[in-house]
Amino acid sequence: MNGIGIIKGLLITLKHFFDTYIYDFGRKQKNLAPDDKRGMVNSSGLFTIQYPEEVLAASEEFRVIPFLVYETAEDGDHKYRCTSCGICAKVCPTQCIFITRKKDPETGKPIPSPEEFYIDTDKCMNCGFCAEYCPFDAIKMNHDFELATYVRGDTHIYNKEMLGKPVEYYAKIRPVNYALEVAEKAEKAEKATAA
Amino acid sequence: MSDQIVIHPLYAKLLEKFPESVVMDERQGFSGIVVQAITLLEVVKELRDNLGYDYLSSVTAVDDFPEERLEVIYHLFKSIGGAPVEIKVFLEREEPVVPSLTPMYPGAELQEREVWDLYGIRFDDHPDLRRILLWEGFEGFPLRKDWKEPLYEEDTKPFKSRWPEGKGERKELLNPYKDNVQYPREFDPNTLSGDVDQAMYKSLEYSDDPNSRVLQTDQMVVNIGPQHPSTHGVFRMTVVMEGETIVNLKPVVGYLHRNHEKIGERNTWLQNMPYTDRLDYLAPMSNNFGYAITVEKLMGIVPTERAEYIRVMMAELTRIASHTMTTGFLLNDLGAYFTPALYALEERELILDIFEEVAGSRMMVNYFRFGGVVRDVSPEVLKKIRHLVYNRLPRKIDELDKYISANEIVRIRCEGVGVLTADDAIAFSTTGPNLRASGVPYDVRRADPYSIYESLDFDVCTREHGDVFDRYRVRIDEIHQSIRILKQVLDRIPEGPIMAGKPQYVAKVPAGEAYGRVEGPRGELGFYVVSDGKPNPKRYHVRAPSFINLTSLAQMCKGAKVADAVTILGAVDIVLGEVDR
Repeated sequence: MNGIGIIKGLLITLKHFFDTYIYDFGRKQKNLAPDDKRGMVNSSGLFTIQYPEEVLAASEEFRVIPFLVYETAEDGDHKYRCTSCGICAKVCPTQCIFITRKKDPETGKPIPSPEEFYIDTDKCMNCGFCAEYCPFDAIKMNHDFELATYVRGDTHIYNKEMLGKPVEYYAKIRPVNYALEVAEKAEKAEKATAA
Repeated sequence: MSDQIVIHPLYAKLLEKFPESVVMDERQGFSGIVVQAITLLEVVKELRDNLGYDYLSSVTAVDDFPEERLEVIYHLFKSIGGAPVEIKVFLEREEPVVPSLTPMYPGAELQEREVWDLYGIRFDDHPDLRRILLWEGFEGFPLRKDWKEPLYEEDTKPFKSRWPEGKGERKELLNPYKDNVQYPREFDPNTLSGDVDQAMYKSLEYSDDPNSRVLQTDQMVVNIGPQHPSTHGVFRMTVVMEGETIVNLKPVVGYLHRNHEKIGERNTWLQNMPYTDRLDYLAPMSNNFGYAITVEKLMGIVPTERAEYIRVMMAELTRIASHTMTTGFLLNDLGAYFTPALYALEERELILDIFEEVAGSRMMVNYFRFGGVVRDVSPEVLKKIRHLVYNRLPRKIDELDKYISANEIVRIRCEGVGVLTADDAIAFSTTGPNLRASGVPYDVRRADPYSIYESLDFDVCTREHGDVFDRYRVRIDEIHQSIRILKQVLDRIPEGPIMAGKPQYVAKVPAGEAYGRVEGPRGELGFYVVSDGKPNPKRYHVRAPSFINLTSLAQMCKGAKVADAVTILGAVDIVLGEVDR
């Protein structure tokens, strides 16, 4: 009979409508486990969440615009891990990384540290090559994706200060990777002392 | 040289038959035969009619600058499977002309237009040789090596200005070639009017003879798109109609053109990987796969076993995501605006969540490397995939299938619409679900197996009628086969390293050429790369399945109603990122 298909289709939507309430019944929205939330494998009914009031947790490997890792010295100085070797600038597919190598003012010889470090975030395609091939763990991918600004132009070219983030921040957003890195360094140090 | 050169028996046959005009390509790392332009048609006719090479996969060209030579390269296959035969024609760079293969293989039409557009190689007897991806006011042929873009900095990346004296500035403001935007001599951008499309309208054959018409009305031309929700992006169909019936149709593409291939030639080998994500953005893992296996072929490395399993797993997940989305959007095109499409998107979201966890991004995955993949899949993610594959996906796909396949509106609108016969489908170089829906059991995973597909158990899904409904059915069947593959892969996935050798950002690629292809969700995705031993590819060509599938659109739409054109286009399943490149 004609029309049955339409009614069946409309019933799906109605089912979703009721499922939403059944799924939510008896659940306190505030303290749900991450994989119990809407949009996860087991949820039924409404699939979406109310962004920006609710935000789904980003997975560890999630990547947007790189940042430079620095360690804070005792006097409050920022010690960047970057040695300005230029591998990130060479591997960058869009060529959006600009590095000026520091030079000794007297001898003119290069010092392994960046004088300036820029990333043109309008061009950056978030591919993650810079973080992947950095031999010093000095550049990492961020999780912060809310990057909208009111002005285009020079504010979108990030300089060294805008790109810098403390190592604690890195440990917070990428705990597994950070733990691996610490373990690797400890192993290396152990080998060095043994030899 | 004491090395015995082993000549493929097929090539030997051709050398025997055309002793004067056919020679082997004997450069180191190259293969195939070189044919003179005047005998090309004879050789191809022999191949098609007597030797069974009925499927023209790709037509492309290479510029040998600074040598004064252009090469046109054809890859032909048998529709029953097997390796390609590669034919090359060498031409002068000045006024290159080659006979068109379009009368023999209609599937060459759009590809030859593309070669003319980007290389300026003229194809004799081509029915409609106009620019396709670029517009009429474009001067020059951009893929020629001596052509430079307006923002030209250097021939190849990495650019020297970035390190060690890099200044954070917009290079486009310092562009030394600021004013090098040129127009053809007869073209004046200041008096640009609407008649740049005249050539296209002229190419649409429609008769002025009133007796030839069924209805006693004028034929009219209607433009559908480029800004239209049913065209899946910025795609335009110019339709000649008589009443509501379509008499002729021309696809107009290029609105999203960015010359992917030129960018690819400026990039290093590895830098191309994230760019391939942006081709078919609904199936990024397949694009990565295709590019990776092609370059690996050239480099002569084999990925590790675990990497192979992970690759196949990701490629199949991509296929499921892409097919559910297409199924949902087909209903969009039928008029059920977005409600069913969004239900179908739920499954895709869950798959994209997995991509985010393993690759770091939902769509622009950049996950494959030469010799493996970038990072391992953790046991938690495997558990998630297992849950999806065993519990959720089969149930949800069956649900989708149950409601859609029995729906009378879907059946009335889809059955018998946009029919493409098996012979036509092969002649038009159609690939993927569109080809299989016409009853041709041709799947690259079986016809020319790559990776570990040979050891996996799955069926090539076909249907007989070649209409829109069958294309939808084939996609649903393929999702089930993909689930079947995933179950085997999940059971067998071995432990071990995920990269062959150490990860390196400079790929050492020896001189030579390679054509690699994979079965993407939209069909045969081919990559043709040529290396001259430098860190950048000399030629990087993408054989985009949905671009070539568009060749048969006119054939499918003729005689249908204009509302059906939208459905037919939806079932062809184009992705404009790939069509326009």
